[in-house]
Amino acid sequence: MLIDFFFKLKSHKLPVSIKEFLTLLEALQKGVIGSSIDDFYYLSRTTMVKDESNFDKFDRAFAEFWEGVEAIPGIEAQIPLEWLLKQAELTLSDEEKKMIESLGGWEKLMETLKKRLEEQKERHQGGNKWIGTGGTSPFGAYGFNPEGIRIGQKSSRNRSAVKVWDQREYQNLDDSVELGTRNIKVALRRLRRFARQGAPDEFDLENTISSTAKKAYLDIHMRPERRNTVKVLLLLDIGGSMDDHVKLCQEMFSACKTEFKHLEYFYFHNCLYDFVWKDNRRRHAERTRTWDLLHKYGHDYKVIFVGDATMSPYEILQPGGSIEYYNEEAGAVWLKRVTDVYQKCVWLNPEPEEIWGYRQSVQVMKELMGGRMYPTTMGGLEKAMKVLTK
Amino acid sequence: MRFAGSEEYVSTEDLTLAVNAAITLERPLLIKGEPGTGKTMLAVQVAKALGIPLLEWHIKSTTKAQQGLYEYDAVSRLRDSQLGDPRVQDIHNYIVKGMLWQAFSQDKPCVLLIDEVDKADIEFPNDLLRELDRMEFYVYETRELVKAKQRPIVFITSNNEKELPDAFLRRCFFHYIRFPEKETMEKIVDVHFPKLKKNLLREALEVFFEIREVPGLKKKPSTSELLDWLKLLLSEDIPPEALRSKDRKTIIPPLHGALLKNEQDVHLFERLVFMTRAKSN
Repeated sequence: MLIDFFFKLKSHKLPVSIKEFLTLLEALQKGVIGSSIDDFYYLSRTTMVKDESNFDKFDRAFAEFWEGVEAIPGIEAQIPLEWLLKQAELTLSDEEKKMIESLGGWEKLMETLKKRLEEQKERHQGGNKWIGTGGTSPFGAYGFNPEGIRIGQKSSRNRSAVKVWDQREYQNLDDSVELGTRNIKVALRRLRRFARQGAPDEFDLENTISSTAKKAYLDIHMRPERRNTVKVLLLLDIGGSMDDHVKLCQEMFSACKTEFKHLEYFYFHNCLYDFVWKDNRRRHAERTRTWDLLHKYGHDYKVIFVGDATMSPYEILQPGGSIEYYNEEAGAVWLKRVTDVYQKCVWLNPEPEEIWGYRQSVQVMKELMGGRMYPTTMGGLEKAMKVLTK
Repeated sequence: MRFAGSEEYVSTEDLTLAVNAAITLERPLLIKGEPGTGKTMLAVQVAKALGIPLLEWHIKSTTKAQQGLYEYDAVSRLRDSQLGDPRVQDIHNYIVKGMLWQAFSQDKPCVLLIDEVDKADIEFPNDLLRELDRMEFYVYETRELVKAKQRPIVFITSNNEKELPDAFLRRCFFHYIRFPEKETMEKIVDVHFPKLKKNLLREALEVFFEIREVPGLKKKPSTSELLDWLKLLLSEDIPPEALRSKDRKTIIPPLHGALLKNEQDVHLFERLVFMTRAKSN
């Protein structure tokens, strides 16, 4: 019983274990809940899901299992969250299905939906053609068109009709979405490394006792305090195509600043060349030579690049490729120097991972970084931090 | 034994169910959620509602798992031996029981709260696996096995500062306390301030949720901050009209210091208010 449910969760990549499944069965046997499906939803969630970032995945798996409605592949990826469009889901009666036939059938409807999705660039409400809420178009929620396709409603007008798991309230915690400061902070905390360094100013009781016992006279031991000693060098791409990502970079930056004791940051434009700067307003006056950077900060620093790596490949590979001035050595040379000095080095790219393949410069940069390029999603950042702490 | 919320604590349906599952199956319940949503209060209220004792173990960054079990007080034994105290012969006199041991030795069931487990060292939860799973541990100094007479109801709270190990998570039930909706919030306020004027509450809640909507706040005000603010509003006897004054000069809500705890947030908020005012003029 319920084994299919277990495998459904597994197939949605939820980290569920047999032990948890048995716990769920035990709870059912002991009669923790009645026969209500809502209760079962809560119970199975509390036993099987151990992280709120997985709630959304669980909700989808749960809905799929209990509705028997397969999610339509490909649709979700194309619809941004802000449109309140969450999940294509078909809720039609038999008569309505007949009406669809009259319009050319289900497939045609889906085809048109896809086409519209491609055409539509903005959130839409009302009206009779575009996808959104409150209209008479066949696509969207709250609509009046009988052959309409319901696309996830944020809140139902009639509360009882909406199942709890259908609300998918935890969507913004899924680790494939973009980050907020708090999320970044949590991810960055993985980098914490406590060590005792510096002046011994804390009384070390255990060592004092054992040493006193050994030497037979009072031998007091002191030790330095435990501190977070991780050192981070942050290099941020600024200007040009990065303007779209300013907010994210700011968040990233503010999260980093409060999280680390040893944090140094510098800016560069598009690709790293022979100098970087700290203050964007005075970038031409106060520059730091990259050589100095490499010499000043020891190899135990962890280097994080943040940039979209979107430029002409010449800017990386050719001397003189910089769009701002004549650089004598190619960007690739400089990057190699950085990766040679700093073993722990990653590149965070705010562009979505799917489009990296279409940009040659991103590919080149990824190769230069030895494949250590990650998207700035929760999952990507966590992977990056794992590489840095290894 | 079943928990169904209490007079002082509004428990949502899913939370109640999670608590009851943890009680019935005698497994720990891990609680996460925004700060100030009542994670710690839950354990206190469950103990109160069920009428059983509550043991609290507050975790700090320096806390070791061993401290929850027992500590061997070598220093006072050393001192006693110098003074020729006869107690020194018996090692039991120098074993100080920790919170877990105390909970295990209760004759009747009790509630054990392990507060802010994420503050401790990253290995901390791993060191407690057997203790929480089998509810027993071994005392090396006296060579005895301590076993729970009655499995305590264990609540563990976390603020998500560190990820907890999988092996630890598998042994727990999990619940994420969501930020309450307006309706639940009204109930919560009602529980704390039963005599609050209806219109003051309505206005205050509106202001509160509006402030939470302000983008870019470092720390959004939470339930406990709302309750503090209401307490202040009541003690200062601020009329409801003052909260939603049409007079643009007093648009910043009174005593907003109770809601916004960060200087930057206050600045941001004031700037936003100033901007909307400039726009509307």
